[in-house]
Amino acid sequence: MALTPAVTDLDQLKDRPTLSALLAWNQSAVEGAKFDRNELSIYIARESIRGAVSQLKVQGLINFLSDLTCADFYPREPRFELAYHLLSIPRKERVRLKVKLSGEDPVIESLVPVWPSANFFEREIFDLFGIRFLGHPHLRRIMLPEDWEGHPLRKDYPVEGFR
Amino acid sequence: MGHLTANPVVDTSGDKTMILNMGPQHPSTHGVLRLLLEIDGEIIVRMVPDIGFLHTGIEKTCEAKFYQQVVPLTDRIDYLCPMINNLCYVLAVEKLLGLEIPPRAVWMRVLLSELQRISSHLVWLGTHAMDIGAMSVFLYCFREREDLLRIYEMVSGQRMMTSYFRIGGLAMEPPLGFFKTVKKFVDAFPERVDEYENLLTGNRIFIDRLKGVAPISKEDALAYGVTGPAARASGIDWDIRRDMPYCGYENFKFKVPVATDGDVWARYLCRVQELRESQKICTQALEGMPSGSIKAEAPKVVLPDREKMKTQMEALIYHFKIVTEGFTVPAGEVYQAIESPRGEMGYYVVSDGTAKPMRVHMRSPSYANLQALSKMCEGALIADAVAAIGSIDIVLGEIDR
Repeated sequence: MALTPAVTDLDQLKDRPTLSALLAWNQSAVEGAKFDRNELSIYIARESIRGAVSQLKVQGLINFLSDLTCADFYPREPRFELAYHLLSIPRKERVRLKVKLSGEDPVIESLVPVWPSANFFEREIFDLFGIRFLGHPHLRRIMLPEDWEGHPLRKDYPVEGFR
Repeated sequence: MGHLTANPVVDTSGDKTMILNMGPQHPSTHGVLRLLLEIDGEIIVRMVPDIGFLHTGIEKTCEAKFYQQVVPLTDRIDYLCPMINNLCYVLAVEKLLGLEIPPRAVWMRVLLSELQRISSHLVWLGTHAMDIGAMSVFLYCFREREDLLRIYEMVSGQRMMTSYFRIGGLAMEPPLGFFKTVKKFVDAFPERVDEYENLLTGNRIFIDRLKGVAPISKEDALAYGVTGPAARASGIDWDIRRDMPYCGYENFKFKVPVATDGDVWARYLCRVQELRESQKICTQALEGMPSGSIKAEAPKVVLPDREKMKTQMEALIYHFKIVTEGFTVPAGEVYQAIESPRGEMGYYVVSDGTAKPMRVHMRSPSYANLQALSKMCEGALIADAVAAIGSIDIVLGEIDR
């Protein structure tokens, strides 16, 4: 199981059903793709994420939202990378959609209208990363107390000393 | 009423309904789960879970540790099946490293994971039955669980926080007499399950209390992210062990119990059947246990044997390097999902090429299943909420992390 270099060429990955469906739907929404360690990641433009997910859902290519999370690449800009882990139960295949978000304006459309299960995941990201989800029915802190200051999973959040 | 209206989703203005606070200190919430129930008489109109009481920031702590130091943290997430957490994490890091594991370690991992599944389901069965009012089942379940805890102690030195799986294999060779003890337990176990079923499956009070309670449809289960036995009870025929095999599960033969009713009773039946299937996997693992090493041949990642470390200069250097500097992991990201007793447990690990993970995220099955609880309990009686909480088998440690 030696590591092979990641494939990032869109032409080579075109035959993947999820990627070809997204390219056929809206070419400009796909910013890139990566096939690394047997996992396919597709970078989606920020404005198109809800459209892309609902498109995959409507076409029946995806029927389960496994996980939704975020990683902070501070001090790089755009610093946040959201990762949507989607699963197709009949096809037994996973795909990861990724969206890059800048530090100044960490706002993205909520996925709750498409998938109710995104509710808690998005609240957790809002709580710990401070990313706002537009159209979320109940965007409040979930892990930390309501009056907590800051978002602990950000890389610039102090981990030592007094608050 | 001030403290009860912390969550504005619950409408307190109506004069027909009232708000009932359940938890966080409540014996039937299986931890520190607080539920706000909006009730109309005895009927639940709406349920809002309030979580976070156990939040310890494990994901943030992981970012400050070397890769091998994260393993003990993963124990604490789902404390009913620590080795399954270990397994998910080490599989994710091994995938990042591109590391191949020797067959004996793989089979040992499967054997221990299934024993953990059994002990986790036993805790569920005991507490679930106790919530319903069948007190004695708890004692029987914990009798068998005690045997299992002794087995974990034998192999790792710890009863609960085992940290036995390592990146690249296992911590140490199982002690003499280990397989004999496991075999004794595994051979006797089907009879024990018969015993539990004698007490519960034909029990009219138990059936009346569970049948038709808190159902969820297949479509809703998919929409709300329900996985594991709770999803299979709603007719979703999906088990990661069978459908996307990891850690050598393709070598084992087992059935995946599925039901269609989606109620608490169906979830009960699915889990009890899973106890039997796990026992079968354990038997197969014991029979086919390969011999050989329990660690991968990767001196830069896996700690050398103590003996070698004391006699060989090179091994001593590697030991020193791994302990003081950790080992670097090639940059990249992986999402590794496995079937935990509660559903899909996933570890999303991002590496930036250093010795510490840049991000470790745990997708915990209870977290997603809890969202569906509100849906299940709409229109149910208050007393049935207790049955519903027990049936999705939540562990607050992995919800709050």
